[in-house]
Amino acid sequence: MTPTETTREQLRDAALEELINVAPDLAEETIPPNADLRETLDLDSMDLVNWIAALHRRLGVDIPELDYPRLRTLDATADYLAARLGG
Amino acid sequence: MTAVYRMPSLGADMEAGTLIEWVKRPGERLAKGDVIAVVETQKGAIEVEVFHDAVMGRPLVQVGETVPVGTPMAELEIEGAPPKTGAAQTGEAAPEPRETAQAATAERPPATESRAERAASGESRHRASPAARREAERRGLALDDLKGTGPDGAIVLRDVSPAAGKAERGATAAEGPAPRRGLDLAAMREAIAAAMARSKREIPHYYLSQTVDLTPAGDWLARRNAELPPEQRVLMGVLFIKAVALTLRDFPELNGFDRGGRFEPAAGIHVGSATAVRGGGLVAPAIHDADQLSLDALMDRLRDLVARVRAGTLRSSELSDPSITVSSLGERGVDRLYGIIYPPQVAIVGFGTPRPRPWVLDDQVVPRTLVTATLSADHRHSDGHRGALFLAQVGQRLQEPETL
Repeated sequence: MTPTETTREQLRDAALEELINVAPDLAEETIPPNADLRETLDLDSMDLVNWIAALHRRLGVDIPELDYPRLRTLDATADYLAARLGG
Repeated sequence: MTAVYRMPSLGADMEAGTLIEWVKRPGERLAKGDVIAVVETQKGAIEVEVFHDAVMGRPLVQVGETVPVGTPMAELEIEGAPPKTGAAQTGEAAPEPRETAQAATAERPPATESRAERAASGESRHRASPAARREAERRGLALDDLKGTGPDGAIVLRDVSPAAGKAERGATAAEGPAPRRGLDLAAMREAIAAAMARSKREIPHYYLSQTVDLTPAGDWLARRNAELPPEQRVLMGVLFIKAVALTLRDFPELNGFDRGGRFEPAAGIHVGSATAVRGGGLVAPAIHDADQLSLDALMDRLRDLVARVRAGTLRSSELSDPSITVSSLGERGVDRLYGIIYPPQVAIVGFGTPRPRPWVLDDQVVPRTLVTATLSADHRHSDGHRGALFLAQVGQRLQEPETL
């Protein structure tokens, strides 16, 4: 496994963990990494902003509002975060 | 003087509640607004609050027991002069062991409510609480097959529902806070059905809609949020709530309750924010005095409410106090929604999805971000003319977002 893949997986796990923190009612759901978070998981805008704020706190990554649509799935979020972290 | 704390009504559709946990023990001080107990309702486990400063007295209802709204639940000592509430408020940091409360409840008199219920129905030789009967029916269990552990061997909710039993065991354990039940979506569905059927049967709704140019508010909010870290950014839905709350100051006839056909204006502007529950369901807990809160404070309150809807831990005042409802289906793509009034409220305001659309501005067709605001109101208490003025003012306020 390359270091990049490890990082991406860690970021995806972190994103999932923070997602469950803001939406504990999803704790028992299986969340596929390519599932659309809004459509499939029924996240609303408050869930999303809370999640993004948690990611910002945990990783220190600034996520401008204009980029919110890019965090569509867990995979996409991991890619985005990796890029923002300079990966 | 001794008073009683009664099972509160948390909405027109609530008939009874089940005591999950006593948060206070006999002898403990309560300040107005303190949580005295956790009660399970169709809207989940609700923290119920006292209305006066008081000292907790003898509990009259057992954990696990379901009693109708208005039933005395505990004695309260109300002192003539307010007690040292400061000490009471600060002195409860550590959760107290609960053996004392448990001992006290064990000594209470037999369950007169379930006895009365049984006498009234006259149908069963089994003593069982109403909640236990309902739950047994729902699960397809025969009362014959169940062993009652309630007063005099009565079948109570914990005998039927493992989840309720678990909650009770947690509440009586000495260590740690009690685990809370999540939301019972089937029960919530029933509650929504009852309230909405009553609304459509009894309330003569009128419906209005108005298209609002949201470009100024959207631009203003984007500029504001761009300078802030994610946790301080504000959602457009918060501007909607604030615009409605401020406008209601001029339209008191839309902010209050129908009491048997007469209108009772609300004491404050407590906006219920409709929040979808994943898996199906809806609650609209109150943001108290929304007209007096800054956008940041409103955002914090809304964030907290949504978190507690998700966790299934709302407070009684949040369920019983909303004086109007605001519903934004904005993120789900609908153009507009015509809400059904939640009785005994008299109005509901809806916002559809903000979208870029052609709009005429200074005789030119230009692309603008538009949103459709709607009002459903009770025609017994207001007319379309006033409703139209109300919507127009909401739209106008959104043109000047910096004043919100």
